[in-house]
Formats: sequence, C-alpha cells, structure tokens
Amino acid sequence: MNQPASQSIASADTMIAMAHVEKWYGDFQALSDINLTVRKGERIVLCGPSGSGKSTLIRCINHLETYQKGEIRVGGTRLGDDARTIDAVRREVGMVFQHFNLFPHMTVLQNCMLAPMRSLRLGKAEAEATARQLLGRVKILEQAEKYPAQLSGGQQQRVAIARALCMKPKVMLFDEPTSALDPEMVKEVLDTMIALAEEGMTMICVTHEMGFARQVADRVIFMANGAIVEEAPPEAFFHNPRHERTRKFLGEILHKH
Amino acid sequence: MGWNEFLFLLTGLKWTVALSAIGFVGGGLFGLGVALLRTSGIAPAERVTAGYIALFQGTPLLMQLFVVYYGLALIGLKLDAWVAVAIGFTLHASAYLGEIWRGSIEAVPKGQTEAAKALSLHYVSRMKDVILPQAIRISLPATIGFLVQLIKGTSLAAIVGFTELTRAGNIVSNQIFQPLLVFGIVGILYFLLCWPLSLYGSHLERRMAIASR
Repeated sequence: MNQPASQSIASADTMIAMAHVEKWYGDFQALSDINLTVRKGERIVLCGPSGSGKSTLIRCINHLETYQKGEIRVGGTRLGDDARTIDAVRREVGMVFQHFNLFPHMTVLQNCMLAPMRSLRLGKAEAEATARQLLGRVKILEQAEKYPAQLSGGQQQRVAIARALCMKPKVMLFDEPTSALDPEMVKEVLDTMIALAEEGMTMICVTHEMGFARQVADRVIFMANGAIVEEAPPEAFFHNPRHERTRKFLGEILHKH
Repeated sequence: MGWNEFLFLLTGLKWTVALSAIGFVGGGLFGLGVALLRTSGIAPAERVTAGYIALFQGTPLLMQLFVVYYGLALIGLKLDAWVAVAIGFTLHASAYLGEIWRGSIEAVPKGQTEAAKALSLHYVSRMKDVILPQAIRISLPATIGFLVQLIKGTSLAAIVGFTELTRAGNIVSNQIFQPLLVFGIVGILYFLLCWPLSLYGSHLERRMAIASR
C-alpha cells in the first residue's frame, strides 16, 4: 500500500482522498483502482449489487479492512499500517453498522460515554453531558438508562449514531444502516441521517434507500465488481445513467421499491 | 470413628479447599494470559499457547504433578510439596481455563470488536470494557464446571505426600478399619463442597438466559 499517488490528492477542503486503492482476498479482487475524493461537508451515497465492494471500500477508510495498494488520506493524515495513524484516523471518522453493534452489557448512556472517556480522555461529567446532548439530538434521551436489548431496532440504530457522534467525528460512514431494520423503523433512522446531513456533516452512506439518495446526496456512486462504474449528482444518476450496468441495477432496485 | 478422627478429616478438607483456591486463582491469572495470547492474532504466541493447552489437556494431572515434584527434584530443583503442588495445579488449570476463555472470547460477535475499533478504543480498553465482560458471562457455566472438577482433582495431590481430604481419609481408614464409614464421610464432604457450586452455576445460567431474552 505504499505506492505513491500519481497525482496530488490533498487540497484544503478535501476530507477523504483515496487514490488507486486495490484490495485482494487471495485471487479475488475486492477493490480495483478506487479513486475517490470527498470534500468537506459532502454527502456521498454508495450503491451497487451485493458483493460489489461498497462496504469494503468504506471499511478501508477507518482501517477495519486492510488494502494492498494505493493511498488513503483522511483530513491531513495519510493512513498507514502503524497504530498512530490508524488511531488518528479513527478518532476523526465515526461509523454506523448494519447490525448496530451496541455494547449489550452497557446502558445506552454508557455506550455513548465509553469511547470519549477512554480515547479522548474526557472526564465523566463532560462525557455524560456530551452523551446526553447527542442522545437528545437523535430524540432518544428518555431511554438513556436502558440496555440495548430493551430498545427497538430503529432506536438502537439511533443510539449507534449518537455513540459515533460523541467522538465529534469529522466524517461519518454508514454501512447499510437501515438494511437490518423492520420497514416501519427505516424512516426514523433516515430522518436522523437527513438531519445530520443538513447540519453539514461529511457523510459516506452505503445504502439502497434511493429516496434518501435523491434527497440528500451530492453525488451517487455506483460500484460493481470492486470498481467504481459511475458517479454523478442524483438528478443525472437517476434520470440519465450512462452505463448499462447502472441502468440494469436501477431498474431492479427501483422496481422493487 | 471418634471426634479426633473426624477433626483430622476436617483438617484434610481445609487443605483441599486451600489447594482448590490456589489452583483457581493461579490458574485464573495465568489462564487469562493464555486466553489473551491465544486470541492475540500474533501467530507465534497463538502457536505456543495452543501447544501449551494441548500438552496439559492431553496428559493426566497425576503425571503432571509427578513431573513437577519428582521430575524437577531429579534435575536438582527440590521443591517443597506445597510449591510443587501449587505449580502443578496452576499449570493444569491455566491450560483448561485458557481454552474455555479463548472459546468465550471468540464467541463474542465480531461486530463488537469492530465497533470498538471504529470508536478508536485501544486493545486494553477493547478487552477490558467490551469483550471480556461479555466473554466472562458466556464462560460462567463452563468455568464453574471446571472449578468443580478441580476440587475433586486435588485428591491427586496425595501422590506427592500431601495430606488433603482423600489422603486423610486413607490414613483414618487404615487406623480404625472402617473404610466404608470413613470414605462415606469423605464423599459427603466433597459433595458439600461441590454441590453448592454446581447449583450456583445453574442459577447463573438461568439468570443469563433471562437477561439475554
């Protein structure tokens, strides 16, 4: 992964820059020549058939996955293999998972306080104040003393969003945040994400919620077989897709909804 | 059987309890180390601990005690019976507990580690705050089951001349020629030690089943 980027990929308002990123699992190429620049405040929606590499792509950004070639920069930090840069990047990047991944043995409030206290070394009072404020923002403050298992899926996902926000990240990654939810709970999570987008958060969302993409995305990116096939503003993406594969995918997914 | 003989058995019981405690505390501390190394992702450490577990699970406890007590004496390391038995039980228990806890650590869903990493929690906090509290809950029934086995296993310490409950029973029985009575009482004493633990284990199991609903 030490191949130098062929062009300069950093500029003042660049939040994330991926250059020539390649990843293999043995012989299978999971990501091929990924080039993606995300500006501060930009909202990106990533879509594509399952196995196309969308989750793998965003998981490379906070080093939950390693990659063999190319370069990733987050803010001013060039992601390396060393604990120092990985840690620096993870402090700036929040992530929300498909299956929430809340800590089941801790209350909602404790879930939100742990990382700020351990990683940012905030005092207990300060961490709790931040946690309560952000739980209020995702409209779930009244559940602060409950355990995750006592909440619905939609509520758990909102807690997961608040937990990530407690670290005051500059970027939020969403990995299919509504795919594991019952249909009636999708809206409350999407509304929370829309509110976050409106406040100017830089976001990369892997999702098949095309309504969400239309409403908030600055760019929609379509991936297939580990490569970026097409990227365009939502208007152009939905009404005038250039590639056959994109048209086919949109036909399938929009028909379904 | 007189009062004095019974008191002698109780003294044996005291050593049985002490041996079990040593085995469990020593085995617990070292076993945690074994479990953490076994799941560390560091290939050499994982191989070494896997070999350690295989060795001590694959040989009889009796033989392990022999080796520590008589074997080390042969190469000039004469250990006190107490020290030898403490070392033997610690090695034995750490291998079993290490394996039980390795399984429990691996049974915690992967998403928990990923969420902790994404929140930039370091290894120590990831383990201490996120993974181990969940792993310990998962391991409780098996851990208590092993403790019960360990208590009964302490009878093997008699082989190195240690007068714990079983050996005390042997001595009393040889004096008063009432083996059925003496070993009946010895059995009851073991049972009184182990049974409440087993009960506690199934109680914990029930409580966890309710908590995880």
